[in-house]
Amino acid sequence: MERDEKLPTGSSHTVSLLVENKPGVLHRIAGLFSRRGYNIASLTVGPTERPEYSRMTIVVLLSSKTVEQVVRQVQKLVPVVEVRELSPVDLIERELLLVKIRTPEKNHAELRALAETYEAKIVDVSPDALIIEASGNAGKLDALEDRLATYGIQEICRSGRIALERGFKTLAPPNLK
Amino acid sequence: MAREKMTGAQAVVRALEAEGVDWLFGVPGGAILPIYDALFDSKKLKHVLVRHEQTGAHAAEGYAHATGKVGVCFGTSGPGATNLVTGIADAYLDSVPMVAITGNVSSALIGSDAFQEADITGITMPITKHNWLVTDVKDLPRILKEAFYIARTGRPGPVLVDIPKDIQNAELEFEYPETVNIPGYHPPVREEPRLKDAAALIRASSRPIIYLGGGVRTASAYEEVAQFAELVGAPVVTTVHGKGALPETHPQCLGMFGMHGARFANYAVQDSDLIIALGARFDDRVTGKLSTFAPEAKVVHLDVDPAEISKLVTATVPLVGDLKLLLPQLTAEVRKAFAASGRADLAPWVKKVADWREKHPLHYAVQGDEFIEPQHVIRRIWEKTQGKALVTTGVGKHQMFAAQYWTTTQPRQFITSGGLGTMGFCLPAAIGVQLGKPDALVIGIDGDGSFQMTLQDLATAVDLKLNIKIFILNNLFLGMVHQWQDLFYEKRLAETPLSDLPDLVKLADAYSCLGLRARKPSELEDVLDRALAHKGGPVIVDIRTRPDAHVYPMVPAGAPLNDMIDGE
Ligand SMILES: Cc1cc2nc3c(=O)[nH]c(=O)nc-3n(C[C@H](O)[C@H](O)[C@H](O)COP(=O)(O)OP(=O)(O)OC[C@H]3O[C@@H](n4cnc5c(N)ncnc54)[C@H](O)[C@@H]3O)c2cc1C
Ligand SMILES: Cc1ncc(C[n+]2csc(CCOP(=O)(O)OP(=O)(O)O)c2C)c(N)n1
Ligand SMILES: [Mg+2]
Repeated sequence: MERDEKLPTGSSHTVSLLVENKPGVLHRIAGLFSRRGYNIASLTVGPTERPEYSRMTIVVLLSSKTVEQVVRQVQKLVPVVEVRELSPVDLIERELLLVKIRTPEKNHAELRALAETYEAKIVDVSPDALIIEASGNAGKLDALEDRLATYGIQEICRSGRIALERGFKTLAPPNLK
Repeated sequence: MAREKMTGAQAVVRALEAEGVDWLFGVPGGAILPIYDALFDSKKLKHVLVRHEQTGAHAAEGYAHATGKVGVCFGTSGPGATNLVTGIADAYLDSVPMVAITGNVSSALIGSDAFQEADITGITMPITKHNWLVTDVKDLPRILKEAFYIARTGRPGPVLVDIPKDIQNAELEFEYPETVNIPGYHPPVREEPRLKDAAALIRASSRPIIYLGGGVRTASAYEEVAQFAELVGAPVVTTVHGKGALPETHPQCLGMFGMHGARFANYAVQDSDLIIALGARFDDRVTGKLSTFAPEAKVVHLDVDPAEISKLVTATVPLVGDLKLLLPQLTAEVRKAFAASGRADLAPWVKKVADWREKHPLHYAVQGDEFIEPQHVIRRIWEKTQGKALVTTGVGKHQMFAAQYWTTTQPRQFITSGGLGTMGFCLPAAIGVQLGKPDALVIGIDGDGSFQMTLQDLATAVDLKLNIKIFILNNLFLGMVHQWQDLFYEKRLAETPLSDLPDLVKLADAYSCLGLRARKPSELEDVLDRALAHKGGPVIVDIRTRPDAHVYPMVPAGAPLNDMIDGE
């Protein structure tokens, strides 16, 4: 039998939740993660196709076995209508990145070209700074950040991950489908 | 039910009546006064004025433990609400159904650090199944309906409803809902119960053990458990909350295992090749060092809470569902498997366990005539009451002696704080038990330290003329901690000796109840007889017990389950 004495650290898993859109729900969920020692890498909340529900996407760094336990514990929270770990194979995931670069105007053309390669946009320009907006999966944004580092990154703002599974499967329980 | 105009406070009273509540426990205050005022008119609800909200919550637990119904307690805003917290946490860890209702400052003042404002929904979020801050009086009937429903269904537990004062005074058209609709409450069952797989493991096992926990009590599945156990024929061990799930006089029952379980019970678990866990949660007090727990055993784990499955010990075959419904199906499947393919011969295993039982029995020695032995007190009370009393306990050595020596034969007979281990549980729980079971003989086995944590509610027991009998095993120590210091801290007794205060007989006198004392073994029998014969109110019995009588056997925290000290 396999038995863990303590919570292991592990790989990244994406957990998707459909929750009631009510005050205090985020507190309940965040509280559960912190008191049970589950490490949150990112958490996003937003509206869904139904106004009475919100969707949360939580990325955790845990072993697969612990993620199963997370899902079962989260499911017990009354305002959580449905929760599932999304399959890494069928996952469409996106993050949004805004980067402010401080760099003389002569570099702007070079940066424009770089941005294009990453399907990013320059959304603000001033004489000695500009802001680049990019979206994509975490790996792509990490790579873009690396490339931009040499130009002098002033500020980074990155959203948490949002994700859906490919195909017709949805998270809603049968009575809401 | 016809709609009727009334205030939020009246709606609370009507909802409690509709839920069939009889006894409830609390202390009034400004922020809950409208509800108390409405309570004044109720013919059905009987409110017990406790002297501290914590005891109100424990009394509600005792009531719930003994009756299987939902316990109800009240507190005002701020300190009233925070005083409830220990009782709520206790109910949470022991899966006791409870509805706690608190008043709060008016909605307009919430968040302003108002007088006696505390964020009790925030505070109790981690220790309730769910809680609500009511923001619209129209929601009140639905919320109360959901509160009772959530408290008693699935894995039972406490919930809290916080009602601002203006909401209590606001008017609504009251109609109590007949049904609930909580989209997130019924967790979809992820795995179909693999009954055939479980039956196949049981059929093939030659060293099975059945491990019964508090879930048998909450499911009231005593009959179902007996049938299953007798069909399988395996030895049965229980947790402290499983005591009585199968009568401890049943030939298959080895009693409690774990940190202070009998040697033979722990040996049997460690040596088993299959553990069938029914409504139990592999607490660290029962597994010992997890990585060495029952190394050869496969595990069939039946629990209503999917989050308990494979939380600590990986289940070979998980069975998620209510014991009362699922166990008979498993029994039928096992019967089929036995009929179709026969089964392993259990005789050598049963013999081995019987040999352990004979070689390493639970026992204590009576040494000299100076000190009364705590275990002996428990045995004598048990014998004098023919094992029929309902028992509540404090927390400490006396609790574990009671667990070891109070042979439990009936459901809901042994009522204790197991998960949180709350000193002070005994007296208030006994009050709740006696109110829930007015004809029962209710005995408290308490410690001198534990008793002093909630003794103010002797007044409540006297007011209600409850015939509860509290036996205080007075060793003048915070004994359980003393034991750990003796064993693991080189006998450095930091802050565990208790002074011989208060004089418990005088204390009883001050509360107008009977107080008795036995200092020497020669005084014991007479004092026990007088206490048990007493009628007309509570009795407090101060029994001086041997201070260094420690609880054995003992598995040191973090040691393997079969690595016990002493008790030979
Ligand atoms: C000083 C001290 C020493 C202790 N030493 C010991 C010891 O030696 N041995 C011991 O056993 N305990 C001991 N305890 C108690 C221990 O800490 C735990 O409280 C206890 O072991 C838990 O019991 P349980 O597993 O039966 O779970 P409970 O807390 O009673 O939980 C019940 C389980 O049943 C499930 N359930 C509920 N309803 C249903 C249903 N309808 N159908 C199916 N499943 C259901 C729940 O989901 C839960 O998993 C000690 C406590 C103290 C304070
Ligand atoms: C509220 C609370 N505080 C502290 C503890 C830690 N503790 C566990 S047992 C114990 C001693 C109990 O003493 P007593 O009630 O006299 O029982 P004894 O062990 O002497 O039988 C203490 C302090 C606890 N369980 N609960
Ligand atoms: Mg003591």
